[in-house]
Amino acid sequence: MTGNSSTHRLPSYLEYQGKYTGIRSWILSTDHKRIALLYLYSQIFFFLAGLVMGLFMKLELIAPGQQIMGPQAYNALFTVHGLTMIFLFIIPGLAASFGNFMIPIMIGAKDVAFPKLNLFSWYLFIAGAVIILVGIFSGDGPPDTGWTFYAPYSLKTNTNVVLSVFGAFVLGFSSILTGLNFIVTIHRMRAPGMGFFRMPLFIWSLYGTAWIQLLATPVVGITFLMVVADRLLDIGFFDPAKGGDPVLYQHLFWIYSHPAVYIMILPAMGAITEIIVTFSRRTVFGYKAIAMSSLAIAFVGYLVWGHHMFTSGMSETARLIFSFLTFLVAIPSAIKVFNWTATMYKGSISLEPPFWWAMAFIFIFMIGGLTGLILGSVSTDVHVHDTMFVVAHFHYIVFGGAGIAFFAALHYWYPKMFGKMYNKKIANWGLIGLFVGFNTTYLPMFFLGFMGMPRRYYDYLPQFADLNLLSTVGSWVMATSLLLVIVNLLRAKKGTPEEMDNPWGGRTLEWTIESPPSLENFEEIPVIDREPYELKSK
Amino acid sequence: MEQQHVAHTDHFDPVASKLGMWLFIFTEILLFGGLFIVYSVYRYKHPVEFHLAAEELDVTIGLINTIILLISSMTVAMSITALQLGNKKLTLILLGTTGLLALVFLVNKYFEWGAKIHHDIYPGSEFLLSLSKGDMLFFGLYFFMTGLHALHIIAGLALLGVAFFKVKNGSVNKDRISLLENGGLYWHLVDLIWIFLFPLFYLIH
Amino acid sequence: MSEHKNHISSYKSQIVVLLTLIVLTVLTVTITSVHLGPFNTAAAMLIASVKATIVLLYFMHLKFDEKIYRFMVTLVLAIYAVVIIITFFDYLYRP
Repeated sequence: MTGNSSTHRLPSYLEYQGKYTGIRSWILSTDHKRIALLYLYSQIFFFLAGLVMGLFMKLELIAPGQQIMGPQAYNALFTVHGLTMIFLFIIPGLAASFGNFMIPIMIGAKDVAFPKLNLFSWYLFIAGAVIILVGIFSGDGPPDTGWTFYAPYSLKTNTNVVLSVFGAFVLGFSSILTGLNFIVTIHRMRAPGMGFFRMPLFIWSLYGTAWIQLLATPVVGITFLMVVADRLLDIGFFDPAKGGDPVLYQHLFWIYSHPAVYIMILPAMGAITEIIVTFSRRTVFGYKAIAMSSLAIAFVGYLVWGHHMFTSGMSETARLIFSFLTFLVAIPSAIKVFNWTATMYKGSISLEPPFWWAMAFIFIFMIGGLTGLILGSVSTDVHVHDTMFVVAHFHYIVFGGAGIAFFAALHYWYPKMFGKMYNKKIANWGLIGLFVGFNTTYLPMFFLGFMGMPRRYYDYLPQFADLNLLSTVGSWVMATSLLLVIVNLLRAKKGTPEEMDNPWGGRTLEWTIESPPSLENFEEIPVIDREPYELKSK
Repeated sequence: MEQQHVAHTDHFDPVASKLGMWLFIFTEILLFGGLFIVYSVYRYKHPVEFHLAAEELDVTIGLINTIILLISSMTVAMSITALQLGNKKLTLILLGTTGLLALVFLVNKYFEWGAKIHHDIYPGSEFLLSLSKGDMLFFGLYFFMTGLHALHIIAGLALLGVAFFKVKNGSVNKDRISLLENGGLYWHLVDLIWIFLFPLFYLIH
Repeated sequence: MSEHKNHISSYKSQIVVLLTLIVLTVLTVTITSVHLGPFNTAAAMLIASVKATIVLLYFMHLKFDEKIYRFMVTLVLAIYAVVIIITFFDYLYRP
């Protein structure tokens, strides 16, 4: 273990003066920590942009009839909201920001395996975002296809689909290269003594994620290229008039986009594991089960894409098989939840804000997961398909799951990343507000969906009015609380090294070094001679 | 793993670089994999049209191109052997041969495509639109897949070109072979894909 | 992963590999020109797979590299195969 005595502290990565100064010291830096922050800031920026769009959508739905926008604007808005939130915020997600920051530190390395490639991935990410942005403000208006770009409508609409699709292709490339970098880093850069089964569980979840990024993203990449070719060269891969099969588009799209949900949620689960272990002051229950369940989710998650297509005209046999496989994914997911609970059991839990965020995650994720079973079985899915129920389920998983975990991780690693501590009381109040607002926004959507309100319409029947009003009010509470949380983080105060180096009593490697870490993380590469969560015996 | 005393800026790990290349090859396999799924579904749905359309393609030119690619795969593999044995001159000759063969492949492709386009067979052409759906799909896939493959040939050519100059100026050498090795791996991937494209487009009977 | 000395393939072995691949290519052209019904496609794909395996093992060095590469390649191809099979559960059973 490296000593962290405050007598000779190296300049932190934030203060370090390299070849470049000012903004160039950031956008030309190959330091994984600076790149992580570049991702973090860009992702939060896109998240806030997506949030504003979501608020406008909820405002439109506050009452039946047209409120602030017409159907075309609403169609464009939910498309761009989806594109932004999915491709620019939650798919890079915890992996690009916290993964980049923590992988080398948690495995005892100085950087990732390919630092330049890492920076290049961020540039691709920004390039993809710019292409999508140009697509929104040029040509014949923003796409109105939904983020799924379903054919044949995406081939027929006059809106600017080509640029958005191409932007998503570039973003996919960025994601692939990040995954590649992480796999090589995890294979090659572990400190002496750190076998695969001594890695922290966050690293295991990122390892599974990286494989999905690597193996699933190219499939959607080529599909997007085919859509571009269909539109520009008139080939007709997915155009029924030319023999194409739109259902095949859905197959290819979901072969990626279902595993993409695991790209979002696996790192989230990993971060939650770290938080729960740290604050339970116990060693983790079922280390191997959690590690293997990450891989199992990655693997089985690759084979269940068809449950998005139960009403698309697939064969009976395929629907049966996909339904069965879908239920299988519930097993490794549940293994994680049980192990978290068992880890907390008889622990001496310290009730700090990151722990509460983790609890909120588990609660909301459970609702998301259990409603997923309703969608996973064919007969009930047919009833609620394409209704608000799906929207609610999706947001419980992706926003309530991955999104909240993103903020949980931010609260957990904030002192490490910046050497600053936020106001814990406000952090807790922010969480309470978010929790209440979140459930007020999305819970009514389950009921609306069951009552038959379809998704993706700017208008609805009068009998849905009350619940929609409630949902819109909830969105205000949620947005205000999020703002409070972010401002609270921005106003965090510098603490002394003794307070900041390990404020939570964490036992993984990142807590053995300085906060914020120095440029090369470790003065001397540590030699690992213990299990990742072993309590220190003094 | 005795790497910890090297400053991380000039730390070089050939195994990492090779592993990275393999992972990249996996994404390429899945990229073409998506297209092979599309191909097999449409061929399953339109067996007769695919069969008839395939007879429009020239087996001889496909066969020649296959053999050219196979030979170029061997020359690139041999160039690695040559570099490992320290024979720089032979390495350069073999790499140059590989590049030439790649160019011949592309020229053949150019004439093949040119003949099709001359006969009004290209995506969106009026003639093609008047044919059956299976024909449209077959030629759509033919142009898209062989086109994407040709792009990969060009990318591989560029990569091997870089390797050529680095071998020449000595920065890729007997002890630091990674770039050439990875270029070779990429080149074999291009060959691998063609091994499947050839029977699927030219040899349907 | 141990960094043992890299295996160097001999020129001769590479020529043998190439000749095998060319023979297989000619074989596949010959076989598909006789009419065998559905077996034509099967034969063509079988030969292509054999050729691909040879390229992977000898030209791409999988035979001489650490086991992990072989393991990874097998895994990736297996996952891809399962994806195709599952996709065809849809198309084969459409009414």
